[in-house]
Amino acid sequence: MIGQLTRTERQIALVILICVAAFGLAIAAAGKDDPIGAHGWLIMVLCIFGVFGVISGYFAPEPSEERLDSYYDEPSRVGIVLSMAWAALGLFVGDWVAWLMVDPALTFDAAWASYGRLRPVHTTAVIFGFGGNALIATSFYVMQRTSRARLPDQLSPLFVLLGYNLFCLLAVSGYLLGITQSKEYAEPEWYADLWLVIVWVTYFVVYLRTLARRKEPHIYVANWYYMAFILVVAMLHIVNNLSVPVSFGSAKSYSLFSGVQDAMTQWWYGHNAVAFFLTAGFLGMLYYFLPKRAGRPLFSYRLSIISFWGITFLYMWAGSHHLHYTALPQWVQTLGMTFSVMLLVPSWASAANALLTLNGAWHRVRDDATLRFMMVAAVFYGLSTFEGSFMAIRPVNALSHYTDWTVGHVHAGALGWVAMITFGSIYAIVPWLWKRERMHSDRLVEVHFWLALAGTIIYVIAMWNSGIIQGLMWRTYSTSGTLAYSFVDSLIAMKPYYIARAIGGLLFLIGGLVGCYNIWMTIRTAPRGVSEPSIAIPEAPLAVIPGRPGAAPQSAE
Amino acid sequence: MGVTYDEVVWFSKTFGLFYLIGFSALVLVYVYWPSNKATFERAAAAILHDEDKPCR
Ligand code: HEM
Ligand code: HEM
Repeated sequence: MIGQLTRTERQIALVILICVAAFGLAIAAAGKDDPIGAHGWLIMVLCIFGVFGVISGYFAPEPSEERLDSYYDEPSRVGIVLSMAWAALGLFVGDWVAWLMVDPALTFDAAWASYGRLRPVHTTAVIFGFGGNALIATSFYVMQRTSRARLPDQLSPLFVLLGYNLFCLLAVSGYLLGITQSKEYAEPEWYADLWLVIVWVTYFVVYLRTLARRKEPHIYVANWYYMAFILVVAMLHIVNNLSVPVSFGSAKSYSLFSGVQDAMTQWWYGHNAVAFFLTAGFLGMLYYFLPKRAGRPLFSYRLSIISFWGITFLYMWAGSHHLHYTALPQWVQTLGMTFSVMLLVPSWASAANALLTLNGAWHRVRDDATLRFMMVAAVFYGLSTFEGSFMAIRPVNALSHYTDWTVGHVHAGALGWVAMITFGSIYAIVPWLWKRERMHSDRLVEVHFWLALAGTIIYVIAMWNSGIIQGLMWRTYSTSGTLAYSFVDSLIAMKPYYIARAIGGLLFLIGGLVGCYNIWMTIRTAPRGVSEPSIAIPEAPLAVIPGRPGAAPQSAE
Repeated sequence: MGVTYDEVVWFSKTFGLFYLIGFSALVLVYVYWPSNKATFERAAAAILHDEDKPCR
């Protein structure tokens, strides 16, 4: 990694690491009687390791000028590996949490293993660890290819990637220590949040600088999605985390908002995190890797632009559907509901666009599990957005809210859409990044696909059942007008579904581990293949584009 | 403070509607502008073309 940095960059890296280590030390000193102190030490130790890492490579020869003739893929490679590591952790903890709901005694009486601490470890590890690293890794890859420009320098992309992982680590370890600001999907406390602001703004700047160097006049639609993801997540993160720490030596902070404003800000954040983290970024992946793997251009590029603006503008207003029947003014709830229903249009436009792109390549979908991952992702994207729009209707939400139906919806999106498109893209990108002809084993990709699909279906169907039963039990009255079931009655009725969910999750986890093994073996042992993408798509129907000879647009240069 | 809740609501219910409609119209015009067709088709096809090197 260090070998790719120029001498100056190595020096800057050292300065950054030493500064951050000093900050870590300051936090450790100021917070010696507070959980934040542990984080101070963690930051310092990691940075010191980093310093040794840089020093050990410091005198390696500098990269030659020739590096500028190729893309800079080191951050993408590291990001993919980190993404799979987080996937293994996040899926494992997810299944652990699922078993906890079957048998609450599995906490071993340890505070760190309580449900309330492990659950955010799961959500953060899968969304930010697995999803976020995959997004960063693929965004660098796609941005360079579609702009035909190399990343502006070697250091800043690595800073973004590693800094981001430091944030994830602080988040996850903090929960186990009991540090949280109790805002869902924004649990980390003020100091981790500030760090993420620095990292994220750098990410945005790296993206803009690459874009500014682009040789293609038109910006490919996948980049629009990645840009929206980066920009909006910055906005959301900064606004929702505005808070005042108790002191510089304390992990605790108080939000600038209170009451219903706090709730609305949180769910404006929460829903747009779904929109711009779990949707927009992954649509960027979809719009690059699916056509590429299928060897066919997007069915309709125009439609992709319309759905882009539809998604960005409608999602912004939908957050209040998380707060139906609360103190939030009625009209704000209605606004959120209306926009959620309208959101179905651009969402289905994207899903349909993806599936129609595959029209004519169905034989590939049949033979190629990687492409099938992407196809199934598009189907689940259509399904979960339909379900979401439905659940956002106030009377429907009266039934679904607080029940496992929400959890079913979440995982139809998270397993079926987010994880599937990510695995598909990772299986596509790994041979390209490591210059291998193919994955170590296509059979194992196939195995992973079926485990993931089976796991998802079992999970989602179990939660639909349990959610609806729960909702109905809670609103059933006896003839005398009292509630027919106690809460515990409904819990007992849930147990079989919780077992089913945990088994589905186990299948999904095993699939993920098979993926880790396969990727590892591809990196370690496969022979050096010929080279990049096209080998996978021998029959790219370039002829589809009328009047476009085989020559690339850039041949003018 | 000078601004009341009702004024904010009035503003968002009127201006909010019109700027969204206006914006949608702009997007549609851009997307269906005839001379943009070629750009879009080229963009859609360009990613399939493998030339794995940055332009310098
Ligand atoms: C092995 C696979 C997985 C299992 C077994 C699993 C299990 C769970 C469980 C038991 C919960 C808590 C539900 C509750 O509180 O009632 C949960 C919540 C959640 N999981 Fe997963 N999960 C898995 C994979 C994923 C993935 C891949 C993602 C995202 C990409 C994800 C995102 C979430 C989110 C966002 C929540 C919070 C839902 C809410 O608050 O409504 N999960 N998961
Ligand atoms: C048109 C698109 C969508 C709409 C209108 C929508 C709507 C909804 C609604 C109404 C809820 C339940 C709120 C409640 O009762 O508390 C919800 C929850 C959720 N949805 Fe969606 N959804 C959409 C797409 C997605 C997608 C693609 C994902 C991707 C993973 C997703 C992830 C989530 C998550 C994580 C929650 C749980 C939030 C929590 O922690 O309570 N949604 N969504």
